[in-house]
Amino acid sequence: MEVIVAIIVGVLFAVGIYLILTQDLLRIVLGTSLLTHAVHLLLLTMAMLKTGAAPLLDRGQEQFADPLPQALILTSIVINFGITAFFLVLSYRAYQKLDTTNMDWLRSESSRHRGHSR
Amino acid sequence: MSPLHFLTLSPFLLAAVLPLLGKMAPRLHKGWVAAVWSAILFMTLIGYSAEIQAGSPINESLAWIPSLGISFTLYLDGLSLLFALLITGMGTLVSIYSIGYMNAAENSLNRFYVCLLIFMGAMLGLVLSDNLLTLYGFWELTSVTSFLLIGYNHAKQRSRYGALKSLLITMTGGLGLLSGFILLYIMSGTYTIRELFEAGAPLASHPLFLPAMLLILFGAFTKSAQYPFHIWLPDAMEAPTPVSAYLHSATMVKAGLYLVARMSPIFAGAPEWFWIVSLGGLITLLYGSVTAVKQTDLKGILAYSTISQLGLIMCLLGLSSLTGLMEGEERLLYAAAGTAALFHLLNHAVFKGSLFMIAGIVDHETGTRDIRKLGGLAQVMPIAFTISLFGALSMAGLPPFGGFLSKEMFLEAVIEPLHAGVFRLETWGVLFPIIAWIASVFTFVYSALLVARTFLGPRKKELQHSKIHDAPFLMTFPPALLGVLALVLGLFPSLAAYSLIAPAVEAMMPIITASGERLSPDIKLWHGFTPALWMTIGVVAAGTLLTLTARKWTRVYTFFPSKFSISGFYDVSLNFFERLTFRVTSLYMNGSSRSYIKYILGFMLLVLGFILFNSADITFRVGAYAQIAPYEWLILLGLAAAALAVPFTKSRPVAIILTGTVGYLMTLMFVFLRAPDLALTQMVVESISVTLYLLCFYHLPKLRTEQRAVRFQLPNFLVAVAVGILMTLIALAVLGTNPFEPVSDYYVRESYESAGGKNIVNVILVDFRGFDTMLEIMVLGVASLGIYNMIKLRRKATDVGSRQVMHEGEFAEEDAAEMRKSQYGYDGPEADFNEQAEEETAESDSPAKGGEENA
Repeated sequence: MEVIVAIIVGVLFAVGIYLILTQDLLRIVLGTSLLTHAVHLLLLTMAMLKTGAAPLLDRGQEQFADPLPQALILTSIVINFGITAFFLVLSYRAYQKLDTTNMDWLRSESSRHRGHSR
Repeated sequence: MSPLHFLTLSPFLLAAVLPLLGKMAPRLHKGWVAAVWSAILFMTLIGYSAEIQAGSPINESLAWIPSLGISFTLYLDGLSLLFALLITGMGTLVSIYSIGYMNAAENSLNRFYVCLLIFMGAMLGLVLSDNLLTLYGFWELTSVTSFLLIGYNHAKQRSRYGALKSLLITMTGGLGLLSGFILLYIMSGTYTIRELFEAGAPLASHPLFLPAMLLILFGAFTKSAQYPFHIWLPDAMEAPTPVSAYLHSATMVKAGLYLVARMSPIFAGAPEWFWIVSLGGLITLLYGSVTAVKQTDLKGILAYSTISQLGLIMCLLGLSSLTGLMEGEERLLYAAAGTAALFHLLNHAVFKGSLFMIAGIVDHETGTRDIRKLGGLAQVMPIAFTISLFGALSMAGLPPFGGFLSKEMFLEAVIEPLHAGVFRLETWGVLFPIIAWIASVFTFVYSALLVARTFLGPRKKELQHSKIHDAPFLMTFPPALLGVLALVLGLFPSLAAYSLIAPAVEAMMPIITASGERLSPDIKLWHGFTPALWMTIGVVAAGTLLTLTARKWTRVYTFFPSKFSISGFYDVSLNFFERLTFRVTSLYMNGSSRSYIKYILGFMLLVLGFILFNSADITFRVGAYAQIAPYEWLILLGLAAAALAVPFTKSRPVAIILTGTVGYLMTLMFVFLRAPDLALTQMVVESISVTLYLLCFYHLPKLRTEQRAVRFQLPNFLVAVAVGILMTLIALAVLGTNPFEPVSDYYVRESYESAGGKNIVNVILVDFRGFDTMLEIMVLGVASLGIYNMIKLRRKATDVGSRQVMHEGEFAEEDAAEMRKSQYGYDGPEADFNEQAEEETAESDSPAKGGEENA
């Protein structure tokens, strides 16, 4: 299963990066979301998958799945949420102000405000 | 912290509190603080001199970076003491002089004296350091303070030009010096100068010996303005005159000489050292003296004269390096060259200091330093005239002044190599007396012109008004003292010879003291009709002739156009490199962050890929993986399909829902991968995110569809796929290696024992890694504050352009050309900044279009 997940990690990374390199602000935000998912899967895979039960002590189990990556990922999910929300509102406001979410137009738009129309 | 350390660092401390002192006593001229403190330092150093003269140097060490062998070691021997006395003594006089010279009303006086004090501290540190790296640090600090002081009148374009020039040249030399020091360390394993001396002969046969020597000489030659690195010194004359007198004639430019003298025990005896130092000095001596004659600016004459005199001392240092190769009587003859070098160094500081101060006074009184406009000032400024006569006579090498003695010793020393019998000097050695004589003639000429054109002859019409008179006491006293000193040094040379010069020469040539001898410097005013005296008489005769007919020679002096000078070469090459750098930089710094991300990713691919394929112990494991159930296949494939579909959809809501699908499928994966907490959190977060996204579209219906789906771009695609493959490989490689014991077992064991929690993940988050979680909450807090501000605070349009400065990189080629023109046409960078500032203000006046509607 690890090999399959590793390939999925690769796919998610590729799509995420491709989205980040596009012009559209919203796609960039989506790209960061996909990247985060990729990193989460990568962390889980690195610790080997399904090595035991869920890391809860009161179930009478002896073998557990590695709890450390899970803790790291939990932190990451929450932070990613904060950042996604921030980016989203940022692009929302940028659109409201400048009428576009295209990165290239954003630049030329703001230079037009300076009187450098190019 | 020893007294010596305090002495060295005190100017820095004083510089730090000087602005506060200014607040407490606003009417006190800061010059007094500097003057009084350097006088105290001077007195303290005098107190050490008896000890030094007795032959017991002071060594104080303070551990700094012991692991790298760097300690803040100070070592006061004869050579250091001579320089330290020069630094503090001249510092006192220059500070007093500057009280009259610098206008007290100027706000920037703090800056001036802070720089001056830092310079003094750095210079003291330089000559006292026994560690090569601390020496280097102080060396660079003197360059920096020199830069700041030359550019003191920063509104003047020539000042900025001169400051930058001096900084570039001395800093380049400084880098050479550092490399040389590091090579010395590689050879000997120590940064301590004292230990380097003891390393002795094995160093000389090391293959790095010559490179180290050349690099160190490069540093010394740039600092001491030796040909062809002298070009910064004339432009440094834009500094206020006290600075020129202090840094650019008495102390900083002598740092190179100090270094050559200090390094002599290591390098002396090598033929390369002898030839470079002595010939380099000789050429500089000739070039400087000839060029000085054609200058029309008083300070220009003095600048080239300084270059020339520094060359003279450098040449003497080179000659004295033969000492170690000689025996008995001969050896003392060459040691005399060292004595002459240091004695002339002292003389030069004295007479050049006084002449610089006089030039400053003349400038102050008449408003010009151009000798073509000056003349006949002797009637109105008798005191200044007398002082400058003393200084100029000493500079020209006439009795009974100090300069005469050291010039005589110099002429004696240059005759000596004729029968040295080493380095084939019997053939080429004849150059020395000839060039030295010619240079002395020109020295005589410019000294004579300096006084004659300024003070003698008819007074020009513009200078007829009655306001011109001798300067006030504070400005007259320091040069007068120096003028008297020039006379005293000539009449009673033994005053300085035994207490200052002899210990310094001994420090420079430990080989003399090693054999138990003591140097007895025999400097006499009258020493019979020696060849040197005949040469001096010839100099006076030829010099007088040339001076009287000087006007006829103007054509000859100005024969070479300045375009082909070394300075012209410096301008052209600097210009060329600036253009080149600009072009190269604008090739890749195009201002688009997406390009930069591509560079970062490309670099990551290179480095990680390289490591991955070059590490022998990374293996890809086969087998022993977890089982995969059919429904898990389904989820994973769905995950990949949803992700892959995102770039292909035109509609934004669909893209968002697809991303949401990936998130929800991740939730399911977490469930199957035994991570219930993750699944719960992901579920909540994903639901909120998707809602938020869609809410966004509810308010902005126009945003729903794009004009087109993501346009296919091959470079982006390649980068993305490459990163994806690399990450897969990394994941597989990690699975195959297991170099460390996992730390997770600790958490499993201790979760209930130490923290009393049964949900291990939760225990890790709130107990073991509690701080992480706290910071995570902080990130959320910051993000929410940011969001709140973006939504609630409607600033006026002023903030639209604040990021624009970053985009200056994209200005078109003609903009750049204009900028360069403004830099080289000497409108200076300020013009650009002003323009920019204006644009920014103009922009804040006109509201951006979105801002008003939303408010």
